[in-house]
Amino acid sequence: MRRRAGRSRGAGPPAENPLRALRPLLLALLCLRASAVAAVDAGTLAKLASGEWGEKIAAIHELAGAADPAAVRVLQALSQGALDRAGGRVVIVEGDRVLDAVTLAELKPPPEQRDPIVVNNRLRRELEGVLAALRLLEPDRKVRLAAAQEVTRALSPVSAPLVEKALASEKDPEIRSILETAKAEASLKNTDPAARLAAVKSLGASASPRVRALLAHLLDEKAEPDAGVRREAKASIAKIDSRLAWGELVGQIFSGLSLGSILLLAALGLAITYGVMGVINMAHGELLMVGAYSAVVMQALFRRYFPHAVDWYVVAAIPLAFGAAALVGVVMERTVIRFLYRRPLETLLATWGISLVLIQAARALFGPQNADVANPRFMSGSVSPITNLVLPLNRIVIIAFSLGVLTVTWLILNRTRLGLFVRAVTQNRPMASCVGVSTGRIDTAAFALGAGIAGLGGLALSQIANVGPDMGQGYIVDSFMVVVLGGVGQLAGAVGAALGLGVVSKFLEGWTGAVIAKIAVLVFIIVFIQKRPQGLFAVRGRSIEA
Amino acid sequence: MRRMKLAVTLCATALAVGVLLFPSTGRTADTIKVGILHSLSGTMAISETALKNVALMAIDEINAAGGVMGKKLVPVVVDPASNWPLFAEKARQLITQDKVSVVFGCWTSVSRKSVLPVFKELNGLLFYPVQYEGEELEKNVFYTGAAPNQQAIPAVEYLMSEEGGGAKRFFLLGTDYVYPRTTNKILRAFLHSKGVTDQDIEEVYTPFGHSDYQTIVANIKKFAEGGRTAVISTINGDSNVPFYKELGNAGLKATDVPVVAFSVGEEELRGIDAKPLVGHLAAWNYFMSLKNPVNDAFIKAYRAYAKKKNLANADTVVTNDPMEATYVGIHMWKQAVEKAHSTDTDKVIAAMSGQTFKAPSGFVLEMDPTNHHLHKPVFIGEIQADGQFNVVWKTKDSIRAQPWSPFVPGNEAKQSM
Repeated sequence: MRRRAGRSRGAGPPAENPLRALRPLLLALLCLRASAVAAVDAGTLAKLASGEWGEKIAAIHELAGAADPAAVRVLQALSQGALDRAGGRVVIVEGDRVLDAVTLAELKPPPEQRDPIVVNNRLRRELEGVLAALRLLEPDRKVRLAAAQEVTRALSPVSAPLVEKALASEKDPEIRSILETAKAEASLKNTDPAARLAAVKSLGASASPRVRALLAHLLDEKAEPDAGVRREAKASIAKIDSRLAWGELVGQIFSGLSLGSILLLAALGLAITYGVMGVINMAHGELLMVGAYSAVVMQALFRRYFPHAVDWYVVAAIPLAFGAAALVGVVMERTVIRFLYRRPLETLLATWGISLVLIQAARALFGPQNADVANPRFMSGSVSPITNLVLPLNRIVIIAFSLGVLTVTWLILNRTRLGLFVRAVTQNRPMASCVGVSTGRIDTAAFALGAGIAGLGGLALSQIANVGPDMGQGYIVDSFMVVVLGGVGQLAGAVGAALGLGVVSKFLEGWTGAVIAKIAVLVFIIVFIQKRPQGLFAVRGRSIEA
Repeated sequence: MRRMKLAVTLCATALAVGVLLFPSTGRTADTIKVGILHSLSGTMAISETALKNVALMAIDEINAAGGVMGKKLVPVVVDPASNWPLFAEKARQLITQDKVSVVFGCWTSVSRKSVLPVFKELNGLLFYPVQYEGEELEKNVFYTGAAPNQQAIPAVEYLMSEEGGGAKRFFLLGTDYVYPRTTNKILRAFLHSKGVTDQDIEEVYTPFGHSDYQTIVANIKKFAEGGRTAVISTINGDSNVPFYKELGNAGLKATDVPVVAFSVGEEELRGIDAKPLVGHLAAWNYFMSLKNPVNDAFIKAYRAYAKKKNLANADTVVTNDPMEATYVGIHMWKQAVEKAHSTDTDKVIAAMSGQTFKAPSGFVLEMDPTNHHLHKPVFIGEIQADGQFNVVWKTKDSIRAQPWSPFVPGNEAKQSM
């Protein structure tokens, strides 16, 4: 499995700083050509600094064509926004130091007035392609591999010879195959039909949608005059398509499972408070919100006190999210809900009131704006087991987390004394009381457990959705949907319903669009509940009365 | 006896009420009431709270400089709670009960449409500060935000240009309501006029508050394989956060498929980790990052105001386009009142035409003499890692608004009041 997108600008960890990665290369080149310092042409720099966009790109190509360490340094600085214009000259900013880009001499005192040289997307794409091509000769295999992938995204006339050069010395088969593809892509534009034919043939081994699009282009008679090449292109496309179909199907199932895992986390707490205890808790969404804000608080604490380990705030937030939400749950249960057991209508109104209080409290404490929650590094980016299948890491982690929470919940309910009492009380309260179970305390404990699990759900949600005072409102309907569809009274129903709903709505969405899919799912649930009011999994026997 | 007592009590009460009322009526003579109609709770509170703050700041500023015609402004703030019918109710209350001279407010087009009949019936005056879909021109409303030709169309032109990436295919993605649908209708007609065919345009809508963008991002990826693609996003509200997060995690970079958004500004980016979004675009008539003395003063004043009033997260407050539009609107209204020597709605409307104001965007904005919209410059900015925008393209001059888009058939004759 290859990691991708972790290298996107700015998001990359400091260790992957391309400048640092380039340092050995720079040193080597410097040793070879000790007098190369003044190789950057001042005229080129002037074009780079104040030319039109087209001129700027020409300047980038000139600098990259020189393949000179000083020029590379300028390009690096430009791509990092560290190349400034100061008066008539161009300077590189490195921390506190300001260097003249031509002489590389430090300027003392640093010029007062500096304007960064603006880079737009077109320039950035060009820069990334060129810099990646320059990295193809790095000794570190990982750097080369990333560079090779990067090069194929944006091939330019400057990088083509660098790719050739890299191929000549490259031994690693994986990198070679990527570079071969890049080379073949470049020769698709070759005027010699034989070269094109060979390129089209070798591209048939690829599994990239981008290559497919390139080949599809050749099917047109106007684009490709040679019939042999067209025929070969068709064959290659068929080969690629069969490879792509798999990735697409797996991708769709994955996104369904991911949506399902999120629904499950949102609904699992409710499956206990509503499903097992029968409390219609309209403040369930706000318990999710409490959990999500625990992540915000933890993140702030870590940024303040442990800036080096900031990524681990998520782990530290797990107990906090559980504890905070459980505490809110206990207070709710002790002060309001316990007086309203078996009066569902009053419970509904009272908990709805509590939800409003909690929303307003969050607004007063944290402000009405959404809070900024950054994915930790191990949860950003994605893995790509097949070329056209990209699985975001945060979703993978959340699927695993939901499985973990589910297992623990199941163990608590079915393998502990507390779970035994909870089941006993919900099945037959007077009898449980008779045999000495303190039913009031068990109610509180069960409610706290449900609330705490909701807090964990909120923590997971903070990693993919908005964190704001009224975030809970969006999940309350979905949560009830899952619990009702699954069947009141047990966890298995909630699991089945959540995953089922997730996969079904993702397949529908691919087919009909998000708006219709949402409606279709609601209609489906209404019809289903009509036919089977007890839900997917009904608890058989005498356990549920009334 | 008892009746006598009652009469005495009544008299005393009447007297007391009179005494209490008299000074207050005396005070209204040298104050002018101004209504502020922005949601301070509910889903839109995220965006609209800042507009209320900036309106109050502008009013403080005007009062500190001597008020309007020597009278102090008194703001009347109400909270329509992101509830569209409540907007109409509160607007009526402001005009009939509080007797305000002017109302600054609304964000979503739905809320504007809901208060329109009230303003028309009671001949009130509304300043609407947000970019919108056009197709509307009311005597009682001044639109200080952008019309489609001051935001959406220049943005698409930029994307099609070489420097913008030379996009050939367009993925129009929006929330399912009137603003995105109308904007996309106009954009589709515009793209047709530029020779883009329907097979290169994909239009997708999501419900309000949609938070799962996996399928859509996968579809964008697939669509982008057919040629240089740009995404034009009219996603509104906080759905933007999950959308951009998904985009970043799926490894779709701005250099491959740029996304230009019409409802994402500095305020919205406060809720996002902006690093994966570097390079995606937004089109507005103002950015906080613009460097000019008026903007510097505006930002400084707002920061100081936030600190003084102890607003939530006061040390990270940002300014954005609708805030600038609110600020410009209040100042222009003041100038118009002073020109008309009256707060009478009709006189102020007449005096508004041709008003100019040196705005934080660095341009002198002019109220069009006939169509109630501002002439505005257009800026296109790329998102930077700190959540600010880096301006990569701008118009040389202000552009006159075309509230009735020429790309919608039947609009040719409707360009002014």
